[in-house]
Amino acid sequence: MSEPILEMRRVSKSFFSIKALRDVDLTVYAGEIHALMGENGAGKSTLMKILSGAYRPDPGSEIRIDGQPVQISGPLGGRAAGIAIIYQELSLAPNLSVAENIYLGRETSRGGLLAREAMQAGAGPILARLGADFTPQTQVANLSMGQRQLVEIARALHARSRILIMDEPTTALSAGESERLFALIRQLRAEGLAIIYISHRMDEVYALGDRVTVLRDGTLVGSLDKPDIRADTIVRMMVGRDVSSFYKKEHDPSARPGAPVLAAVDIADNSRVKGCSLTVHAGEVVGLAGLVGAGRTELAHLIIGAAPMTSGHVEIEGRAVSIRTPGEALDAGIAYLTEDRKALGLFLDMSCLDNINLAVLGRDAKFGGILDRDKARDRAKRAFATLGIRAANVGVPAGGLSGGNQQKVLLSRLLAIGPKILILDEPTRGVDVGAKSEIYSIIDNLAKSGTAVLVISSDLPEIIGICDRVVVMRAGHIAGQIRRDATSPLSQEEIMALATGTEQLDA
Amino acid sequence: MPDNGASAKAAPAAPGLAAAQETKRQRTRAIVRAVGMLPVLLLLCIGFHVLSDGRFFTGQNIGIVVQQSAVNTVLAAGMTFVILTGGIDLSVGSILAASAMAGLIVSKFADFGPLWLPVAVLTGAVFGILNGALIALLRLLPFIVTLGSLTAVRGAARLLGADTTVFNPSVPYAFIGNGALTLIPGIVSIPWLWVIALLVILVSWLVLKRTVLGVHIYAVGGNESAARLAGIKVWAVLIFVYGVSGLLAGLGGAMQAARLYAANGLQLGQSYELDAITAVILGGTSFVGGIGSIWGTLVGALIIAVLSNGLILIGVSDVWQYVIKGLVIIGAVALDRYRLQGSART
Repeated sequence: MSEPILEMRRVSKSFFSIKALRDVDLTVYAGEIHALMGENGAGKSTLMKILSGAYRPDPGSEIRIDGQPVQISGPLGGRAAGIAIIYQELSLAPNLSVAENIYLGRETSRGGLLAREAMQAGAGPILARLGADFTPQTQVANLSMGQRQLVEIARALHARSRILIMDEPTTALSAGESERLFALIRQLRAEGLAIIYISHRMDEVYALGDRVTVLRDGTLVGSLDKPDIRADTIVRMMVGRDVSSFYKKEHDPSARPGAPVLAAVDIADNSRVKGCSLTVHAGEVVGLAGLVGAGRTELAHLIIGAAPMTSGHVEIEGRAVSIRTPGEALDAGIAYLTEDRKALGLFLDMSCLDNINLAVLGRDAKFGGILDRDKARDRAKRAFATLGIRAANVGVPAGGLSGGNQQKVLLSRLLAIGPKILILDEPTRGVDVGAKSEIYSIIDNLAKSGTAVLVISSDLPEIIGICDRVVVMRAGHIAGQIRRDATSPLSQEEIMALATGTEQLDA
Repeated sequence: MPDNGASAKAAPAAPGLAAAQETKRQRTRAIVRAVGMLPVLLLLCIGFHVLSDGRFFTGQNIGIVVQQSAVNTVLAAGMTFVILTGGIDLSVGSILAASAMAGLIVSKFADFGPLWLPVAVLTGAVFGILNGALIALLRLLPFIVTLGSLTAVRGAARLLGADTTVFNPSVPYAFIGNGALTLIPGIVSIPWLWVIALLVILVSWLVLKRTVLGVHIYAVGGNESAARLAGIKVWAVLIFVYGVSGLLAGLGGAMQAARLYAANGLQLGQSYELDAITAVILGGTSFVGGIGSIWGTLVGALIIAVLSNGLILIGVSDVWQYVIKGLVIIGAVALDRYRLQGSART
């Protein structure tokens, strides 16, 4: 290959006495998609923040662009060096138009007045090149997540960036939007851009990556070229050990079938969920699969009373129950783990201790409302020990923890209730490999002890790895279900066939 | 794979170090939060003492300061509950006036005279619960609801006395307004107003830090959607905090009435809500909710009282007092922000 466009040599970064990065090398060529992988906290974000100019590397670090040493200071420095980052949380102003966002911070003016027409005319060709189906005048608030990402990319291209960093770009996208994004990324590669692609998802790295670089604990583990990219190799590099028993499934309800605990009967909300029924038995793990937007989360919200159902009802242990609020669902023994732990699950400013105990404070309280602080502390400490939550102590705010540890804190809150029924919505999203494996073993143990578990997940290997039965949703309906038995294991193809249906849905 | 054993051994060491660092940072942050504006308060006191040739730290002057801060402390305690949930209560000054009017009117009936105190407090609680119900059940913005009741309740206060001043020179329990609790006869006595204010702070602290309801208040302020999904009755928490704010405004009205033997629906409690909000903010409570402490509020209320008193002591003219007070408030909060900057969560 030709000269590298970006070379990072012996890049280190310390925060006080902690080394977040130690002598990391990274070489990226023009016209390649370079996947960057590693567990949460491995140093990927730190490395990218150095490239964007948000952090200044330690002395001795060297960054070369086109062979020339550069100093990147501040966000403008990154932009001047031709580097653009597309963040997980999109950084667009939703109240402005597409053109205004593309030109944000570099507005064209004529005689001190904003030259709106010129900006719109300038944005047009870039959007056309990206195949956008909206105009520069469109207000960003009216765009889907996929379209917004396109605007971000357009902004990067407009700034003549040649190195594009994408940080988990598909987390908020539907399957169709992701496919279109992949096509676009390949097009940009063909145009000679260098793309650094950060992702936790192995299938994306397979599909896109020309090379993979793996970080662990702030150090470089190594790089793999395309022919060497294999899931088990990458996982071993990320975790530093063999993860042969990655999915854990020892419980076996077929040996000792449990009674039906949760039954949703013909539930509908008149928009996203159209008459869905499903049953979960004691000691069983049922997967709820489907494309993004199929109505899985909405169905869960109806079951736990977070949204009003217009028809249908819920039965618990054979008795019809009325659940109108999440509080009533908890009283009935249903605990729900949200897919959006930061917005809907955790209290980031509150301690892990309070986060873990929140749902059982009332049950533990003395004299009808005085906190039992010893009990709370004991419970939090026990949760830290049994779930392997890594934080300085139970008193630190939950917001400071890594994704996997946050998820375990949230899970501890639900487990503290001792629910009969546990609904887990994307339990391993944004969670690193090690914590994933631990969460699977927690789910397995719950099923062994007789809890009925419903797992909503977009990660098919995960569903196949841990579930006894899979219910598949498509466009608000139950499209079908697949049972695991000794002769035929669950298959990814079967699930996808049900999820997409014969008539290909446009997501 | 390069050297698995070594990296496996090295790995736990780094998080351990990070954890220790984190605990230390946590502790510093907690201390900064807890101490908050206390150094500013002490500096102000010492400064005024020096500038006024030693007239600040006298028994009599301290008595005046705490007496003046008492009503605002009580209002600010209620405001702390509200702001912790991410809300605001602009109506406390008006509720204070209406409660004082209702109380004094009842006190003039010979038969139920002594009942005036609970009547004043309950009047406040009723207005507060109305605020809370509008906010929690109709999902209206707290700013707008309480801006409306700021005006409406002020009108109600004037209606109560037919727009006149109500006097009662023989109001029962007048001692709470002007008397003092004697601890050591002839040497140490504490104004009853201040005793009430301290009790309010103490009870607030107990509720916020030692009860389930307290945790729920912080939770609603920290993340309302998560609180709802966690099964917390958010509407009940909201009605409670506005109810408390109203009730304490009612108590403030009673304290004011007992002190003045009179109440006027038009003038009493004008713009008291601003001093209460200022005290809470000076106390380090986050304006978006979820973070803060009642002790900070107490310090904030004292800073306001010390400023007023000290500026008069050193002979600053009334006009300049306003300017200086405003600047000190902005400066103090800016200082607080600056000190907390390094510890902000990433």
